[in-house]
Amino acid sequence: MDDYMSLLLLSKGLLFEIALVIFIFGVLLRLFEIFSLGRKKDLSEPKANPTIIGIKTIFTRSIPSYEMMTKRGFLIVNGIIFHVGLFIVVFLLAPHITVIDRLIDLSWSPLSSQIINFATVVTIFSMIVILVHRFTHPVMKALTTSGDYVAWIVTFLPIISGYMAYNHLLLPYNLILALHILSVDLLLIVLPFSKLSHSFTFFMARYYSGTISGRKGVQL
Amino acid sequence: MSNATLEKGINSFVKMIDAPIASFFSSCVSCGMCADACLFYQETGDVKYTPIAKLEPLRRAWEQEYTLFGRLKKLLGLSKKITNEELKQHTELVYNSCTMCARCSMVCPVGNDIAYMIRKMREGMAAGGFAPAGLIGASNRAVEIGSPMGLTLHALSAQIKHAEKATGITINLDKSDVEYMVLLSSMELINFPEYLEAIAKIFKQAGKTWTISSTAFEATNSGIQIGSSDIARILVKRIVDSAEKLKVKTVISPECGHAFTAIRYEGPNLIGRKYNFEVKHILEVLDSFNEAGLLPTEGLEKEKLTFHDPCSLARKGGVIDEPRRLLKKVSDNFTEMTDHGARNWCCGGGGGASAIEEGEPLRLKAFKTKQKQIEETEATTLVTACANCRIVLEEGVEHYNMDMPIVGLTELLAEHLVDKPKQKLKKEAKQ
Amino acid sequence: MQKLNATLMDELNRRGISRRSFLQYCVVLASTMGLSPVMANQLPEKLLNTKRQSVIWLSFQECTGCAEAITRADKLTLENLIFNFISLDYQHTLMAASGSAAEEAKHNAIEKNKGKYILIVDGSIPIKDGGVYSTVAGETNLDILKRDAKDAMAIVSLGSCAAFGGLPQAQPNPTGAVSVDEIIKDKPIINIPGCPPIPNIITGVLAHVLTFGIPTLDQYKRPVAFYGSSVHDNCYRRPFYDKGMFATNFDDEAARSGWCLYKLGCKGPMTHNACAVEKWNGGVSFPIQSGHGCIGCSEKDFWDSGGFYESMASPVVSAETISMAAVAGVGVGVAATALNKIKKAKSLKNSEPVTIKDLKQEEA
Repeated sequence: MDDYMSLLLLSKGLLFEIALVIFIFGVLLRLFEIFSLGRKKDLSEPKANPTIIGIKTIFTRSIPSYEMMTKRGFLIVNGIIFHVGLFIVVFLLAPHITVIDRLIDLSWSPLSSQIINFATVVTIFSMIVILVHRFTHPVMKALTTSGDYVAWIVTFLPIISGYMAYNHLLLPYNLILALHILSVDLLLIVLPFSKLSHSFTFFMARYYSGTISGRKGVQL
Repeated sequence: MSNATLEKGINSFVKMIDAPIASFFSSCVSCGMCADACLFYQETGDVKYTPIAKLEPLRRAWEQEYTLFGRLKKLLGLSKKITNEELKQHTELVYNSCTMCARCSMVCPVGNDIAYMIRKMREGMAAGGFAPAGLIGASNRAVEIGSPMGLTLHALSAQIKHAEKATGITINLDKSDVEYMVLLSSMELINFPEYLEAIAKIFKQAGKTWTISSTAFEATNSGIQIGSSDIARILVKRIVDSAEKLKVKTVISPECGHAFTAIRYEGPNLIGRKYNFEVKHILEVLDSFNEAGLLPTEGLEKEKLTFHDPCSLARKGGVIDEPRRLLKKVSDNFTEMTDHGARNWCCGGGGGASAIEEGEPLRLKAFKTKQKQIEETEATTLVTACANCRIVLEEGVEHYNMDMPIVGLTELLAEHLVDKPKQKLKKEAKQ
Repeated sequence: MQKLNATLMDELNRRGISRRSFLQYCVVLASTMGLSPVMANQLPEKLLNTKRQSVIWLSFQECTGCAEAITRADKLTLENLIFNFISLDYQHTLMAASGSAAEEAKHNAIEKNKGKYILIVDGSIPIKDGGVYSTVAGETNLDILKRDAKDAMAIVSLGSCAAFGGLPQAQPNPTGAVSVDEIIKDKPIINIPGCPPIPNIITGVLAHVLTFGIPTLDQYKRPVAFYGSSVHDNCYRRPFYDKGMFATNFDDEAARSGWCLYKLGCKGPMTHNACAVEKWNGGVSFPIQSGHGCIGCSEKDFWDSGGFYESMASPVVSAETISMAAVAGVGVGVAATALNKIKKAKSLKNSEPVTIKDLKQEEA
């Protein structure tokens, strides 16, 4: 029986619930795992306020240096495009805001669907570019593990299925919407335990890094 | 006597991993930008020198011991064990081809401080018996003789006598209740004895009291380089004990990068308490003299100068503006390298790398980046403020036939020092 | 009395409807049916020469809304013409005869038109407990359907109940209600879902069957001409959706200004129907135009597809679940913390101070 509606209901019902539970559970677990390892109090006399520079570094590290732009400008620009695109698609599409509103009672104004649609195309393109780059750049190729591909796939699926759903491509809307939500469920489950954990640990990494150099009065 | 074992090494990894390291490993997205900041990858193009890849054993230790899935994998026997063989291979990666210069830490988009992790990984490498022979020898000499190069008090005394003769200034050993305790690096004492003379002249001119401790004159710390906090602690303790015994206000680190960070930033954490004195790099002290008008100089350098920032001083020490203020006192023809200050390129011999004999060919290869940066400035004299950098730079300059003198900033200043009576100085300062 | 073998042309003449208005109707009909130009040209001729078609209409678990929708026209329209033209031999709500006379009429019609009559079904079929929850003349719906379908040319499942099980099938489905196509597998079935379906679609589909046979159907057996695009695709509020302009309340300025009702639970994007094109009550309006979101009545399981006022992608997650996950996360997190701390303490305990004598491994 081709019961797409049941699949949709399952994907946004029980499966979403399970995925969300694993997501919240996983993020908390990972945070506990990290914080439990502690950090010795630094007894040396600080040259500047490490906390302030730590917090500043969370933001300043988003700005690439001239040197890195000349060496890896392609990757950096593509990376910025991808992350901005992803942010727009995930957080500024009206149906997504509705979901967030439903979950945590917070909402904001959406962008127009045409802009989102364009951002999606750009994001998809940047993801394909990064995949090719991963295959071809010698350092990235050497560093890449199966975990990097898992991260790529679980990120790509919701974007491509979302694009297909919005544009009513190939599959019946109920089915493609169900697949879209299913892929989101998968993303939620995988995120805390994969390379995608950088989405919530990079704040910490940048902060720690900032405090280490900040203690010496250096803002890197 | 107990030997180093793999188990001890792994145990040390597990011990060293803290929240920052866990957050760093959790954040890496394998972009490989750290490689582009690394002088060893830059000049060899060999992907094994990618900084984050050097940490793979430490990463696995973290994953297997401190994460849910890692534990499960280990329980099911699915995780890749850390082996003797693997760590032996990592000796070259963690020591020879890493100067802990922290350029990679500076460019990582997620903010991973890779140099911080290398420092911690070396703890396990040292405990496991994977440290290179050069650094083991240096550590032995540092602990047993008092200096990594085997320099004894006797040799120091000879140097002091020589300096006293050259300057006509008396240098007091172990004089208590003075303002400053000056530390030296044995490298400096052997290769650049002019430093001691420069210090004597400058301090006399500034009217500051100072001394050298006979029990702790050596500033360098092989324990930090080899990655053993236990050894590093012994060496720092010597300095702290002497400084507190002599009741000095400030301990001055010589022109040596890692010595400065070892005493200034790692020291208190090694001994587990704050000091009763301040630690300053000699350039910080000179800059404060200058600000107080106690460093009168005359004449300008004829040569075109450029300045090599020692990584430990600039990026890892925060002493960046001081050398520039001091340089401009004696030169109006000073050019910066393309990457300078906190963004400088390492000479290739930091973090103990210069003590590893077998690493020399790689070191010289990696020097090319620095060479390019120096040549672009078209400077004729290279100034720096670290004896180790200075030697490595000299090797490089010689290897590439660059024909360029390299001088220490302190000596350069001493050469331009004006011998003025104190009264007159004070008057000038008031105006 | 109408003659049984009369054509539609005879009927037109009888009613005094001009050929011009018939042709106009055909143009409209052809376009709603999505006919190709060639077929559209053939349509008037085909329609005019169509013989009266025997139709048997079975009503099972239903509310009579479907029948109401098609019969409750306020004036005689050409759409109704088709409906009036067919020979409706059995419809137990509408027919004059009753009791055994009615059943006999049906029996006769079936016998006379074996293999040629169209069976219209509205309402779902309860199959739980032998189908006892709905009977006509002492016979279960299940038995009636099986028997009457046997000699039908085609079956039209009218309304969401017959097409998909509809309201009776909504959870917990006490009567075990199922759709027609879950019982009848060997006959052509056309689903015309909707609660109720749009009258124009019913006549349009009947016209198609009379002239060109079974229309092209999608995977839900719905005529593609009417169910091929979503309500959202043709909605006049669509530009507001595209611009990200949404009403957040039924009586806010945005709602009055015609902004998109997605956030108020409109199911237009997932609902395949022609409401936005055909509209209701002679083309006056349709639900979204009157200010209420589409409830997706023509979709499978629409009743169980989340609240009418919940936007369609909205997850169904309770605050309890979220807090439960948080509690579990904190709980396991605390356990992980303990494990990590123990591990770290153990490594500290196991570590011996490294002296300069301990820097080498024993030579093998």
